[in-house]
Amino acid sequence: MTGLIAALVEAWSELRIHKTRVLLALIGVALSVAALTTVVGLGNMSREAMVQTQEQQGGRAATVTAEVFPASGEVDVPQVRKALEGLVERYGVEHSSLRYQTSVPFQFPDGASTAETMVVDRGYGTMRRVDLSLGHWFTRSDEQRLAPAVIVNEAFHQRLGLPDLQQNPAVQIVRERPITATVVGVVPNQWPEAPPQAMMLAGHYDAWALGGEAMMPPAMEMWVPKEIAEPLATAMSSDLAAQFGPGSAQVFRSDYAAFGDPFESIQLAVGGIAGLVLLLGAVGLLNISMVTVRYRVREVGIRRSFGATGGRIFFGVMLESVVATFVAGVVGVMLAVAVVKSPWVQDLIAAGVSELPPFPLEAALIGLGAATVVGALAGLIPAVVAVRVKVIDAIRY
Amino acid sequence: MTAPATSRTPAAQHPEPPLVALERVERTVLIPDHEPLRILQGVDLEIRIGDHLSIVGRSGSGKSTLLNILGLLDVPTGGAMSFGGVPVRSMSEKRRAVTRGARVGFIFQQFNLLPGRTALENVMTPLLYARGKQFWQRERLATEMLGLVGLGDRLREKPHKLSGGEQQRIAIARALVRSPQLILADEPTGALDIETGQSVMKLLDDVARESGAALVTITHDPNVAALAHRHYSLQNGVLVDGELTA
Repeated sequence: MTGLIAALVEAWSELRIHKTRVLLALIGVALSVAALTTVVGLGNMSREAMVQTQEQQGGRAATVTAEVFPASGEVDVPQVRKALEGLVERYGVEHSSLRYQTSVPFQFPDGASTAETMVVDRGYGTMRRVDLSLGHWFTRSDEQRLAPAVIVNEAFHQRLGLPDLQQNPAVQIVRERPITATVVGVVPNQWPEAPPQAMMLAGHYDAWALGGEAMMPPAMEMWVPKEIAEPLATAMSSDLAAQFGPGSAQVFRSDYAAFGDPFESIQLAVGGIAGLVLLLGAVGLLNISMVTVRYRVREVGIRRSFGATGGRIFFGVMLESVVATFVAGVVGVMLAVAVVKSPWVQDLIAAGVSELPPFPLEAALIGLGAATVVGALAGLIPAVVAVRVKVIDAIRY
Repeated sequence: MTAPATSRTPAAQHPEPPLVALERVERTVLIPDHEPLRILQGVDLEIRIGDHLSIVGRSGSGKSTLLNILGLLDVPTGGAMSFGGVPVRSMSEKRRAVTRGARVGFIFQQFNLLPGRTALENVMTPLLYARGKQFWQRERLATEMLGLVGLGDRLREKPHKLSGGEQQRIAIARALVRSPQLILADEPTGALDIETGQSVMKLLDDVARESGAALVTITHDPNVAALAHRHYSLQNGVLVDGELTA
């Protein structure tokens, strides 16, 4: 134990004595580690940001979507919805949502017009990572409302005159006897010139018998464990075919990872770049360490005359390198976190992402681990050279 | 004319075994395409606790090689040697290093202080290889030792700011800080002027006597050699006793 502490004390003392050299070596290593950690961190965060965007568009991995297209071409919406809801119940799917695009006439201050309305279940918000710019996603208490709750897009909100959501703004659904709906949330427009659009809970849609014109047949999205997605889709497909006839239903994975992870190549590229950065850092450090150990041959000889064993000299030189690179690694990781978490970089890699991904811990650990490994590797050769120093010659050096 | 060294005292006179015992020690170096170079030939020597020996000899006579062998930095190629009663041949390199650190103190002609370290850090360095109390109390021990050699007020000075005499005092403090039983001084005054050399040698002699350690001094200087109780001369690798001429 004393030996280990003594070796650490000695390594730290050496670093303190050789401040300039150490600083020079550390700058290189710290920059390498910062570059490595930044590349890995940015890569992971970009991936996370892209995954989030993909999940907003197609659901989380694995999302199985069931659709029915009867051979007759006539879609009996209530029948299809019943069949889809039956699938959820029979297969015990925990996370599911109806997705049914219809059109509903709304009364705007400047006149009545229909708006594309997506009929969904409450789970849709989580499954599709719905990002709200105002208000909130449908809650359990929204389901109990005595008036339908709607979430509208910014174009809809603007056409309403940008009412304050705190005031529970109302919008009328045009009927013989108009129905007053409450706007509970606002989502960003899907594209710059998007028309007014709305989302409504399936329960409310049914309760007030809104029955607008179907723009697309109803579909059921189900978020299930990846490993059961394929067999589940096959079973559900057969199930629906039995009800609607062969070829009239399709059940498929609709999430971004349906055909394998599309970000694998990005990760491989990031890994390759990171490895190259690390190699450059290691070569630089090895170079400095080799020069240093040759400069310190006499010192090694003197230490041997004090009773330093070969093992202690080897361990000391290695430890000195490892301690130095570990400290450099900490600095490099801090630098990388500062770069990656800067608002400018965050805007660049995670624009439009609802949940800003945190700095990946694995990037920090890889940075620190790489720094330590580089220190050990770069210290290995000089340590062997130091051990092989001939004491008698070294003292006279 | 000289006679081979016969300083091995009868056992009856010294019940304690010698600290170092050399018997017919040889040191030969193999040189490619040449006859082996015999640096030391048939060296007999016993060193006991409290001894003060001087070894004189011309350059190339094998003085430093003998000193390195006595300090376990080198090993004989022939004959027998024991350190603390243990045959050196049976000691591993690690055991020799540990024994050297604990029982031998070196003082070099060129001081060999570690650059960039203060006087205190230099004296503390050997204690980094010690265990227990010596390691944990290294700063106190080094401070005390520097006080003993008259440098108590220069603890934080770096060697390059000190005179040659002061640097050699640091080297003496460093050699003695682990309380060695054997002090090996290789031309300890070689880099100093006469006056400073004499004061350094007096200090070394005093400190060695007070600590009870054996002191072996290699020197060209008859005045330095004269301070020893036993005198040897190395001539072409052969150790002879009783001579004060280099």
